[in-house]
Amino acid sequence: MSIVEIRGADKVFANGTRALAPVDLRIGPGEFITLLGPSGCGKSTLLKMIANLLAPTSGSLTWWDGSFEHVGQQGKKLVFVFQDATLMPWGSVRTNVRLPLDLQGMDRRAADERVNQALALVGLARFDGVYPRQLSGGMQMRASIARALVTDPNLLLMDEPFGALDEFTRNKLDQDLLDLWRKKNLSVVFVTHSIYEAVFLSTRVVVMAARPGRIVEEVRIDEPYPRDDAFRVSQSFATHARRMQQLLAHANTLGEPSH
Amino acid sequence: MNRSRLLAIGLPLAVGVVFLGLWQLLVTWLQVPKFLVPSPLDIAGTLVLDWSLLWDSLLMTLKITFLAFFCAVVLGTAIAFLFVQSRLIETAFFPYAVLLQVTPIVAIAPLIIIWVKHPTAALVVCATLVALFPIISNTTLGLRSVSPGLLNLFRMNKASRWQELVRLRIPSAAPYFFGGLRISSGLSLIGAVVAEFVAGTGGTSAGLAYQILQAGFQLNIPRLFAALLMITVTGVLLFLMMVLLSKLALGGWHESELVQER
Repeated sequence: MSIVEIRGADKVFANGTRALAPVDLRIGPGEFITLLGPSGCGKSTLLKMIANLLAPTSGSLTWWDGSFEHVGQQGKKLVFVFQDATLMPWGSVRTNVRLPLDLQGMDRRAADERVNQALALVGLARFDGVYPRQLSGGMQMRASIARALVTDPNLLLMDEPFGALDEFTRNKLDQDLLDLWRKKNLSVVFVTHSIYEAVFLSTRVVVMAARPGRIVEEVRIDEPYPRDDAFRVSQSFATHARRMQQLLAHANTLGEPSH
Repeated sequence: MNRSRLLAIGLPLAVGVVFLGLWQLLVTWLQVPKFLVPSPLDIAGTLVLDWSLLWDSLLMTLKITFLAFFCAVVLGTAIAFLFVQSRLIETAFFPYAVLLQVTPIVAIAPLIIIWVKHPTAALVVCATLVALFPIISNTTLGLRSVSPGLLNLFRMNKASRWQELVRLRIPSAAPYFFGGLRISSGLSLIGAVVAEFVAGTGGTSAGLAYQILQAGFQLNIPRLFAALLMITVTGVLLFLMMVLLSKLALGGWHESELVQER
């Protein structure tokens, strides 16, 4: 079984911009896949296709070996975490995290129970009554992740979620994200332009290049979990990172392929 | 009370006291007659002497003001909700809302007073027309100023139109709406006074504008000033009420109501 399978999907926008050349990609259960590349390589476009926020110009996608209709049923839930925390400034952390359940019309007591669990998972248990603007950027992002987890998803799609954070906060959140991924048995597709973040997190890195956006290579990171700060400074980490760098540099010196 | 707050109250107060003192001094010193420029003490005396008369007039003006303000809020909000239902409706009708705003009320008030038989109702209609536009434009702007990210989030969670309105659009619009309230509350008072002026002394209602007109005819300038003072104080109080209201509603979360820490 695959969670998502992409066959020859490409994207040409109405103004003629080719955001993505035809792409094949298979996402298996329990994988942590990173889409890595410079701006304009179509990584966000690809992620939005997986979320069904964008339709491919040609080619096709399947979710859990079926159409998007069945997505949202038990065991086939996907959620999207945006680049910004996108929290409602007028609501407390609890109100924000409960939103997806409220929109589903879930009973208040049951919903609050789920919210408590989600908040505990991201380490915000004591902050449920706080307004978003009283939180740091990293904690806002935690609230955003809690809101994603509250629906008990199977596939987590994240669009450069920690891009705006400082390095220390980002490292900590990366670490916590890995714990969550293992604990909750999630599949994750994660967009980033940081080589180090990609190597640290992923079971597989999809290296992409721009003009037109395309997949250059898929690289397996066969390193054991749990990964910690020692992994960040290990020899194998450096080897992986160097390889990514070479791939990216090579792909982007190829220049403009004819299309 | 901290220093900056003390300054914020103390400084304007000091300016006021100095101004009134100079006024009193100059008028006494130059022996300006009362019917040209009364001294602050004269005005205060008149305020006490004519209190019952002026108080009744104030109540009349307040009645018009609050009725008009209420109508403007209800009507303005309803129109704003209509506008955001479709761009087509807004495009079709917004120019007329602007037309309403730019037409001087003194120019159309005589017509309204002729058309609307009931004197109080006529005045309320005039004042409502003056106060309406800020509510329409601010609330419309607010209902449209939804963060695109949040809108995406709601759509991805399959929110209904109703949920989107109640949980997203209305809270997003609240700061704009309260901004509109502040402007509109003052305008209702101005509208009420202007309408009373146009209705003139012939009307059966005797608001503060009526007292000003009468006092002018009779050269009772201290009473004119006293009435003027009452209108001004009422306007300030109205504004403060709106500030308080917006603080109560938005105090927890909106930038405009949060104190910057240093």
